Amino acid sequence: MRLGYPSSIRIIRVPCTGKVDVLHILRCFERGADGVTVVGCREGDCHYQTGNFRAKKRVQQAQAILEQIGIGGTRVRMCNLSSSDAPLFVRFAQEMHAAIMDAGPNPVRTARMLQRASAGTTAALQQP
Amino acid sequence: MIVAERKPIEEILGQVKQVRSVLVLGCNECVTVCEAGGKKEVGVLASALRMLFLQQGREVNVGERTLERQCDTEYLEEIRDMIDAFDAVVSLACGVGIQFTAERYPSKAVYPGVNTCFMGAALERGVWSERCQGCGSCILAATGAVCPITRCAKRLLNGPCGGSTAGKCEISKDVECAWQLIIDRLKALGRLEDYERLSPIKDWSTDRAGGPRKIIREDLRS
Repeated sequence: MRLGYPSSIRIIRVPCTGKVDVLHILRCFERGADGVTVVGCREGDCHYQTGNFRAKKRVQQAQAILEQIGIGGTRVRMCNLSSSDAPLFVRFAQEMHAAIMDAGPNPVRTARMLQRASAGTTAALQQP
Repeated sequence: MIVAERKPIEEILGQVKQVRSVLVLGCNECVTVCEAGGKKEVGVLASALRMLFLQQGREVNVGERTLERQCDTEYLEEIRDMIDAFDAVVSLACGVGIQFTAERYPSKAVYPGVNTCFMGAALERGVWSERCQGCGSCILAATGAVCPITRCAKRLLNGPCGGSTAGKCEISKDVECAWQLIIDRLKALGRLEDYERLSPIKDWSTDRAGGPRKIIREDLRS
């Protein structure tokens, strides 16, 4: 089918969405990601029975934490599709891309850039 | 196990608002099993704190460590070399571990990252229920291994009271009447005659009524 999806999206493969933990999602944001989508199999189709349901709960936990720390829970979402459903994946990818464009950059990344710029300015001023 | 609940991040943030470095210290025992203060929760809290501090424009060093136990000195000694690098510790252990960490490192501010709730069992994933109050004089032999001290709202030794209806306690329809459970259990064991025996007045001096408790076993002391 060779369908295109936004180039801003980086895919990280996991054996099952049941492997994805809250910590993995938080680490993404800590390292500067603007958003995370957990793409699982359709509900009821999990090869490991409940992997995608576990992922769904962990996404909700991550959303709650991100909301509490001012990053915004809407930057994480879960979607379910069949591995052969490329058009639906593209639609989800485009929707996520648009949502992130609306939300703006990850405030942690912005803060880190400001911190580095400030450190650079201080270092430059301290030079003889 | 000792069951604890994670404190809200805002509350923890309020505790560490002045620090320049903080160690998030987990425990591999009960709080790991009840998913409140194990290695994973340490990682999640540390990550959240790092992101919060960054957004506040504060440079705070947030360290992570999880000990086998925080209620034994030999494990607490494992952080002796690293503790000087931190102003404060947020302990995700139960109240015992939090206090013992503070006792071992008196110059460090130690803050609780969890609310320690009770001694209980996991009914299912994500659901825990209290089973023991540590009263110090166990009467489970007479009650078919159902504890009225813990599970009866009035801690009755000769129940049930008039508030028991259809096996439920009057405090809530979701709370089972402990004495109904005891009667059912004794009936199933063919020991209903035990129910007929009146329990004597309980010695509450072994409970909290006698003040903070301590056990000394001379056969184990070094």
